[in-house]
Parts: sequence; C-alpha cells; structure tokens
Amino acid sequence: MADPLLTIEKLRTYFYGESGVARAVDGVTFSVGAGETVGLVGESGSGKSVTALSVLRLVRPPGRLEPGSRIVFEGRDLATLGERELRTVRGARIAMVFQEPMTALNPVFTVGEQIAEVVRIHAKASRHDAWQRAVEMLHVVGMPSPAERAKEYPHQLSGGMRQRVVIAMALVMNPALVIADEPTTALDVTIQAQILELLQELQRRFGMSILLITHDLGVVAETVSRVLVMYGGEIVEEAPVKTLFAEAHHPYTEGLLAAMPRLGESRERLRTIPGTVPPPTRWPNGCRFHDRCPYAWERCTSEHPPLYQIGDGHVSRCHLAEEPARRNQPHDPFIMRETSAGGGRDGVRGARENTAERSARS
Amino acid sequence: MPSPTHVSEPADRLATSVVAPSTAPVVSAPARRARLTGTFWWSLALIGLLCLVAVFATQLAPYPPNAQLDIVALKSQPPSAAHPLGTDQYSRDLLSRMLFGARISLSVAMLAVLLSATVGTAYGLVAGYVGGRVDAVMMRLLDACLAIPRVLLLVAVLALWSPVPLPALILVIGLTGWFEVSRLVRAEVLSVTQREYIVAARALGASGPRIIWRHVLPNVLNPVIVAAALGVGNIIILEAGLSYLGIGARAPTASWGSIFFDGSDAFQATWWIALFPGLAIIVTVLAFNVFASALRDALDPHQLAGDRAR
Amino acid sequence: MRRYLAARLLQSLIVVVLVTTISFFLIRLAPGDPFSFTDFTMSSAAREQLRVEYGYNQPAPQQFIRFLGNVAHGRLGYSHSMQRNVGTVLAEAVPRTLLLMSAALFAAFALGIAVGALQAVGRGSWLDRATSAVLLLFYSIPDFWLALMALLALAYWIPIFPSGGMMDPVLHDYMSLGGRIRDVLAHLALPALTLALLSAAGIARYQRAALLDVLPLDFVRTARAKGLGERTVVMKHALRNALLPVITLLGLSLPALVGGAFFVEKVFAWPGMGYVAANAISARDYDLVTGTVIVGGIMVALGSLLADLLYALADPRLRTR
Repeated sequence: MADPLLTIEKLRTYFYGESGVARAVDGVTFSVGAGETVGLVGESGSGKSVTALSVLRLVRPPGRLEPGSRIVFEGRDLATLGERELRTVRGARIAMVFQEPMTALNPVFTVGEQIAEVVRIHAKASRHDAWQRAVEMLHVVGMPSPAERAKEYPHQLSGGMRQRVVIAMALVMNPALVIADEPTTALDVTIQAQILELLQELQRRFGMSILLITHDLGVVAETVSRVLVMYGGEIVEEAPVKTLFAEAHHPYTEGLLAAMPRLGESRERLRTIPGTVPPPTRWPNGCRFHDRCPYAWERCTSEHPPLYQIGDGHVSRCHLAEEPARRNQPHDPFIMRETSAGGGRDGVRGARENTAERSARS
Repeated sequence: MPSPTHVSEPADRLATSVVAPSTAPVVSAPARRARLTGTFWWSLALIGLLCLVAVFATQLAPYPPNAQLDIVALKSQPPSAAHPLGTDQYSRDLLSRMLFGARISLSVAMLAVLLSATVGTAYGLVAGYVGGRVDAVMMRLLDACLAIPRVLLLVAVLALWSPVPLPALILVIGLTGWFEVSRLVRAEVLSVTQREYIVAARALGASGPRIIWRHVLPNVLNPVIVAAALGVGNIIILEAGLSYLGIGARAPTASWGSIFFDGSDAFQATWWIALFPGLAIIVTVLAFNVFASALRDALDPHQLAGDRAR
Repeated sequence: MRRYLAARLLQSLIVVVLVTTISFFLIRLAPGDPFSFTDFTMSSAAREQLRVEYGYNQPAPQQFIRFLGNVAHGRLGYSHSMQRNVGTVLAEAVPRTLLLMSAALFAAFALGIAVGALQAVGRGSWLDRATSAVLLLFYSIPDFWLALMALLALAYWIPIFPSGGMMDPVLHDYMSLGGRIRDVLAHLALPALTLALLSAAGIARYQRAALLDVLPLDFVRTARAKGLGERTVVMKHALRNALLPVITLLGLSLPALVGGAFFVEKVFAWPGMGYVAANAISARDYDLVTGTVIVGGIMVALGSLLADLLYALADPRLRTR
C-alpha cells in the first residue's frame, strides 16, 4: 500500500476493574489507506468497538491505552499526542459515527446546532456561516427540507434521519477518515440499506477513508474492500473482501460465514459457533479460539499463533497454516476444552503463563 | 426542612428517557451485594446508645427534670462541675432535662413514624394492588395532600388546640407524614406485582389479601424501612421546631425542642440553653440519616423505587 | 403541553380548595370566635355588630360558602391581636417573605448546583467524599438552631451582620435610596443564607446524582469525539441535561422553604408571614393563623405550578409535544 493514512501498531487497551484486568484490545496492528474502506468484523466482546474508540482516545477510565501502542496518523502518533492537539484531530481530521443515533445526539439542542457546533470550533466560523454549512450538509446527506429539519430536535426525527444527522456531523469538516461503529445495527433493515448506500456515495464524492466496524458480514460484503476479523482482542484474519468470502482461512471466520443465513438455502436450524466468547479478563491460553474450534489440537492449547501469511494481502492467526491436513479431521470443539488450561484453577496459572509468553514475544 | 424525596411527573419521564443504555463497552461496575459496612454498624450502635439513654434517663439523670433546684442561687448558671450543661432560667439542671428530653423526642419521633409508615404502607398497597380507576383517584388525592406544606398543616391544627397532649401530638404528626411513604410503596407494589411469582401465586388460587400479605408486602418493605429511618430524623427536627413555635410538647415537659424554646429568649446571655439541645438533635439525626443511607446501600439501590429509572 | 398545563392548574386549584376547607373546619372547631376575646374597650353591642358583619352568627354550611367567597375576595377575617384585617396584615407581610424566599432560593440553587456539579466531575476524590459527609451533616441540622447560632456568632459575638429585623429601626428612613437598599440587603443576608444552606445540601446531592447519570451517556461521548474541550463537554452538553431534574426541585423545595421561613423569620425577627404567624400563635389569634395557612398554601401551589411550567419550557421534549 502507498503511504497509509492511519497505521495502528501493537494497540493495547486495558480496563482495570475489581475482577481483574480486561485486555479488551490486546496487540492489534493494521493500516487504512487513503480512500480505502476497511471493515473490522467481530462479535460483541471481540474488542472491535474498543479499537475504534481507542483511535481517538475516547476510552474513559478505568480503561486506558497501554504504553507501546502507536496510532500514526498524518505524521503524528495519536496515542501520545497532547490533549489540545488531539482535539484538533477529533471531529475535523478523524470523525466518528456511532451506533445508536438517538442516544448519540444531545436531546436538548437542535440537530442544526449540533452540526454547526463542529464547524464553529474547528473552523472558527461565525454562527451564521456555521448554520449555513450545517443546512448544506443536511442536504448532502439526503435530508428532505434541510432548512426546516435543522431547527428540530432529535426526538422529532426518525431513526434513519437521526443517523443521517450523525453522518452529517461527522463529515461537515471533510475529515480524512471516518470511523463508523456499527452505524446501521440499531436501524430497520430497509433504512440500513439506505444508510450504507449513503456512506458509499459520500465516499465516492469526498474521497475519505472509512473504517467500518460491524458484526454483520452481510454489510461488509457490499461496502468494503478489505476485511479484518477480530476475536479475543486480536486480529485473527485479514484479507481482501472477495478472498475472505471465497477462501476464508481462520476457523472463526469460517464459522461466521457459515452462520449467515442465505436466501435459497433450506435449513431448519441456523449454524452457530458452539460456546461463548471468553471474558477479556481471562483469555484462553494458546490460541484464544481453541476451545470453540473444530480443528484444534494440542499445539493450539499452548502455543499462541502468530499471523501467518496465507496469500497476497491475506494473513491468518491459525496453526492450520502450517498443518493444513488437520482441517480434514474436525471434531467436537469441547474435547479440547477439557484438556486445555482454559478454565477453573488452571485458568489463573494459565493466564499468568500467557502473559509471560506474550511479554517474551514482544 | 430536609430534602423532598419524591419526584414529580416530568422528572419521572426524564428519568426513564434519559437514562438509556450506553453502548460504550466497559467492564461493568462491581455487583452490589448486601454489604453491611462499618458505617452501618456504628450508626446503629449510636442509635442504640441514644435509645438506652432515653430508657434509662431516670437512672442517669442527677436531678429530676422539672425540679427547680434553687431559684435564687442556681438560676441561669453556665456549665460547671456541678451542672455540666448548666441550668436554665428556672434553675432546672440542663443535663437532666436533656436526658429526659431524649426520651420525649425519640419516642414522639418513633411512634409518629410508625404511624406514618403503617398508614402509608396500607394506602400504597391498596392503590398499587387494586390499580385502575381507584388507583388513579387515590393518587390524585395523594398529590394534592403532598403539595400542602407539612408545617403549615401542623401549625393550623396545633395552634388551635395548643397546648396539645403528647399522644395527640404524635397522632397529628404521624397523620401528616404518610403521603411520601405511600407513594414509595405504590411504586414498589407496581413493580413487584409484575414479577412472576405473583402470577404464579394467583394461578395457584391464592386470594388477593393473602397474596398481598405473604408475597407483596415483604418485598415492598425495603424502601419503607429506609424512609422510616430518615423520617425519624425529620420528625425530631420537626417536633423541636414546633416546640420552638410554642405548639409542640407543652411546658414544663422537657423535649429538646422546648428546652431550645426556653433558651431562645435570652440567648445572648444564656447561650448554652439553646446550644446543647441543638447539638443533641444534630447528633441524633445524623445517626439516623447515616443509618438510613447505609441501609439503603445495603439493600441494593437498584431495587428501591423513587428517582431511579426502571 | 397544553393538556399538561391544564391538568396542573386543576391540581393547584384542588390543593387551594383543600387547604381552605381544612382551615375552615379547624376554625369552626376552635373555641369561640375572634370577637369573644379580651378587648374590653369594645362594647358588647359593637362586638355583636362585628360578629354579624363577619357572618359568625349564621349556620355552618352558609358560613362555609361565605368563607369561600371571602377567601376568593381576599377577606380573610379579623386579627384581634393586631387590630386590623387579616388581609391587610398579610398584604404587608407576604412581600417580605417573598423577598426572603427568593433570595434563599437563588442562593440555594446557585450553591447547590455548583457544589453538586463539582462533586460529580471529581467523583471518588477525597474532596467529593468529604463534601458528601459535610452535606450529610447539614441535613441533620435544624434550621432554627442554625439560625440562632448564626445570629449569635455573626451578629452578636462578631458583629458583622445586623441582629435581626428587616431594617435599621432608627436610621432607615433617613437613608438615601442606595443606603436603604443596602440596609435591607444587610438584614437579608443572614436569614437568606440560613434558609438556603439547608436546601442547598439537598440540591447538591440531587445535582451530583443527576450529573453522574448523564456523564456516561452516549451524547457526551459524541461531544468529546467532536473535539470539544472537557469543560465545554461538561458544562454545555452534560449539565444542560443534568439541570432538568434539578429544576423539578424548584417546585418541590417550596413547601420546605415556606415551612422553614416560619422558624427563620421568628429567630431573625424578619417581619414576614412566618413572623406574623408565630406571634399570632402565641396570641391565640386564630383568624390570623389560618389566614396565614391559606395564603401560604396558595403561595406554594402557585409556586410549584410556575416551577413545573418552567420545567416544561426547559425540556425541548415537552415543549414540542
């Protein structure tokens, strides 16, 4: 890739609570190029939302970015940037679109005012100019009667319209990167399609990069060029979108793809990935997916896999890269759980071993 | 007088609409279990101590509370070795009066609160359980009653009949204080009756009153107990205030309020007569307030009705 | 919103009627009437005439109707201790109480909101916890005692403030306008602060909780993501929302303030409603007492109506319904 716009290196975001340290994001590295749309996919508990929040350092105590994390953007490391300088980036160079449009907007200010505010603080514009710009932006995002709508309050608008407002707010200063955290999850299916189309159209028009966070592979298939799959606070697979759907390597990705209901398929039960996402305070030893993986063997319970190169721009964090034959011997995932050090008393010891292993590696 | 605890309609709506679940993924706050902290115990101990003092006032007091010891020599004496809290303008020993005052103030407060809690709980139970039109009417009436300042009502009633015998005083104070409790109880009842074990009990054929008594009431009592503890503190202050206005416990009965009343006449010269009852009230009310606070925390704040969203 | 206002208006009316009715029954039940009292300079014929004029010789239901009519017209009876109509007495006293209460309300809210907000922002710090402890202490202090101690400490022992009353008894009329205003303000300071302090404790507690509820909400995060400074985020975005529940306290603290006014006015001899009522109680002046109660009830009902109206205007969600 030509000089990437955003480079994240070894990002770790930990939460310090009474029940221990939650390693929500545990060593994530990836880049986003200029004008690119990248999808970050995972279930809840995978760490994808925290990753998104970490870029702009929006994670509040008891969470924090661990030392050693680097977030390089336009020549500066956002992880260590001063507060005042960081504020010039937020909303102006990198903007965020959040999941719940109702709660993301302040109920006591008009939507026009909330968009205009961004312009006023970053461009030092007058009230009048900022308001004009806000109305303009509402028009761009496809809001009917923008001048009237701008004077309304969030509760007077529908979910789809509110999300358009949030998008307008994000794009009004023409940022280089937009991070969209589950922008359509809280919306009706038909509105979802509209919003996704809007995002694509805006990207064609303004040329910004988009980092799209979602749990929905269907959304990803249509909108992004490259996909990152997260599990257990790490990236477990990265590939161009077509490759991912055609030749997914990591068993977790396989599971996600298999779980998608498809038109024309006659199934009585949806396929699921057995087991549940482990708590971030106790990631399993070795490969974090091993207790849910149908292919896992002894190596997986003790040796934490690195990202193996699978193909062009395609990496996967799975030992199957070195022993592909094992893919022909699937079994019940829970056999591995009983023999692994993932639960009970062993879990504590295992966690400590895991930390030692990780610090040895880095 | 100390804080209003009920929330009017607009605030109710705000509470339920603004407190929406956040999507920020953070490790959740530590679960609150019933924790009887140190605060709980020492405040309870202090309350116990005060009650003991009240009960054993006769044994503890060096002099009878209303005895005028020596109207010439011992009138209005500042604190000294013989009279640690001084004497008042009738040469009565202040320490003894204060000890007996504890008896009056505490018993008035506790009995009045008991009355308020009982009436309020009954009203709230009926309104909450029966529901429908009856509930609506009862609540409108309650809102109207809540809007009347308690002090005004008490002044109106007591001024006309003063001096009022103690039981009547307790009755009047108790009957003007049950509104808040019934609101709390009704809210709790509404929440509890939606839970499954009530439906199950009904399905098993249990009758209305039985359900109320055995299933609803025990669960509903939590906020009542907390409110009662707070209420005792409020009433001690209220009774003292009424005595200060001259319509509380009648002379020569020594309640902390009437002692203060005596002391407010020439308070520049005899400041101790006004100071000590106030201090006693502060300590007592503080103990009850801290206790109520610790009790509320221990009983899991998310279960208590009032200004928390459901 | 119109429907909401109409409902509130009706409720206020019911409250006023309730208070009036209760007062009426209490007066009827009291022994004697205002004119059987000790003013021996009045001949019994004159007394009888006054009785007829004020309607005390008629049967009870008729008296009630007449009473309601009188109240509606502001004729609240006759005060024998002050030798004037109750209405006249109160017409003088009520504005003074209003002055005191307004000052106290303003101080209480300014102080309470500031302290509560600061506590919420510094949540968990030792200052937060210490403040909570101090506030809890304040809850437990009787207002009349605090008033007396304040008077002792700051007017007698250390004569900073005047020792009671509303104006200097000797010099007030000779002062310039500015001087007179300053005089009243000096006399207002201590009673208003005393009344305010205890309400402020409750308001601070409520404001702290309200702001703590708002700070973790999504739109606060959005405000930060837009690049706003932390102070703007808290004061403009968070507090605007957290103030709403506190506004409801305006209406709710009125009953407490009116009640407190009784005691504080008596201690400071501030010649308002409470002071008048306190004296009326000692003098067994029932008509004046009940007149005060009725007027007090009306004040509270009106005040909380205004407060609810203010709330409805402040919350855009209610305004645009």
